[in-house]
Amino acid sequence: MKDLTLTTLLAVFEEMFGRSLFWALVGLAALVTLLYLYVLVRDRAVSWRKFLLAQLAMPLGAIAAVWFVFAITRSGLTDIGGAIDLIVLLGIAAAGAVGAAILVYTVQSLLHRPGADRA
Amino acid sequence: MSRIPVGAASRRTFLGLAGGLAALAAAPGPARAQTVQTKARIVILGAGAGGTAFANRLARRLDGATITIVDGRQEHWYQPGFTLIAAGLKPAAYSVTRTTDWLPQAVRLIPEHAAAIDPVAKSVTTTGGTRLEYDYLIVATGLALDWDAVEGFSTDMIGQNGIGAHYHSPQAAEATFRAMDAFVSRGGNALIGRPATEMKCAGAPLKLAFLLEDMATRKGNRANVSITYTAQNKTLFGVPIVSEKVRMLFGERGIATAYDHVLKSIDPARKVATYATPDGDRDLPWDFINVIPPQRAPQVVRESGLSWADKWVDQGWLEVDQKTLRHLRHPEVFAIGDVAGVPKGKTAASVKWHQPVVEDHLVAQIQGREGRETFNGYTSCPLITRVGRAMLIEFDYKDNLVPSFPGIIPPLEELWISWLMKEVALKATYNAMLRGDA
Repeated sequence: MKDLTLTTLLAVFEEMFGRSLFWALVGLAALVTLLYLYVLVRDRAVSWRKFLLAQLAMPLGAIAAVWFVFAITRSGLTDIGGAIDLIVLLGIAAAGAVGAAILVYTVQSLLHRPGADRA
Repeated sequence: MSRIPVGAASRRTFLGLAGGLAALAAAPGPARAQTVQTKARIVILGAGAGGTAFANRLARRLDGATITIVDGRQEHWYQPGFTLIAAGLKPAAYSVTRTTDWLPQAVRLIPEHAAAIDPVAKSVTTTGGTRLEYDYLIVATGLALDWDAVEGFSTDMIGQNGIGAHYHSPQAAEATFRAMDAFVSRGGNALIGRPATEMKCAGAPLKLAFLLEDMATRKGNRANVSITYTAQNKTLFGVPIVSEKVRMLFGERGIATAYDHVLKSIDPARKVATYATPDGDRDLPWDFINVIPPQRAPQVVRESGLSWADKWVDQGWLEVDQKTLRHLRHPEVFAIGDVAGVPKGKTAASVKWHQPVVEDHLVAQIQGREGRETFNGYTSCPLITRVGRAMLIEFDYKDNLVPSFPGIIPPLEELWISWLMKEVALKATYNAMLRGDA
């Protein structure tokens, strides 16, 4: 691949999803991340009870991410052919797990004001 | 233009380009080159991958130039998609957009074909009689498939009677899939091969052989299907190390090979194909055959006096410098894409690498200086070995493998990541190239 730069990558992503959808997805990811940071700052502490539920969501997020990738491509587990395939697969699972955890934690924090845990 | 469905999400994007992210961290984007003032008249012949991408790049780079693109075809075809269509994974529409979807407003499209090129008078005449004078000419006509060279075959046979020809068009690729699918259910002998001329994407017939084998296996009828790959010489691929790898894979998959077999004619009534071999003509029976005809520069190019006189004399590719793609006798003429008379690179990936090279030399010439960029013969072929796996083969003029992700994506391994690149990332990269963005 020639001249693989940030500009090129962004152009490819825009083509993949369509410009508006791509930036909407980027915006959504940024929004969830910001909200996560917001609740952390707002609460000035990590709520371990919320974190527990978020952790429970992680395996589900991992499985969902892998399932999603296989579903939208013509491929499955039997196509894993080498080390890089396994690494990418684990990366997808990890991304799904972390994404699910952040989402679940953030949603809980937004729904329940600080102090609810301590009641 | 077609978009990948809304369901696609950022994880998928990550996959296709995961290897590139590491490189990205170390390679900040270069500033876009400055625009250049000029009154130059530039004519681009062909609005395929090469011509369209170059029109977009020039429209951005040059200020004041008159840029005219000549192409009579209303449809733009994403040709790397033809294999996926022939495998039944995508519909014909996957590869079809409109030529006008991609062209910048600043470029004038003449929706006619070029009828004559006069490199001495520096003019092009179109089929409608329009005469265009140029200061610089970009020949990006692509190539012509010489269907008449295969006796007994005509394109209206595609999809019937066990005859495929997925190079012809998106519709023909879809019809080829129907013929392959019916063949796999019935069983019998399949013949898949390539012409003896230079050809676009020499990996495509290999992919088709692998995919046919995969289809038969998945349908549970592999025992009743025999597949023979007819090679035009004693190799399976122009790059020796890749040829050997394919030979091994063919062995594992039970795909037979017939070397030094060049298709001359088919007899659809008897279902026999005749091949020229060093020992004389040989007839082979078939229940499915995929026809890929000899390939040459379009007639208008062959008649222009711009072709090599002592190389590829039956094919007429443009006489250009291998590194700069500039014509050797007419320095204001350049080639982009399949029509270039260079030993490698009739793929869309090569077209992408041609762009910055020709742009650099053209702009340098306008500015009265020397260009610096060079083309090393880069050719890329995501060699599908079954649905779900491919080998990301990349090589140069010297038959060296030049992997984009060395140490990360091994080129001679059948990998899922390489399949994902072909299925997911390639068309987006191609479209970005068409817009001049990649």
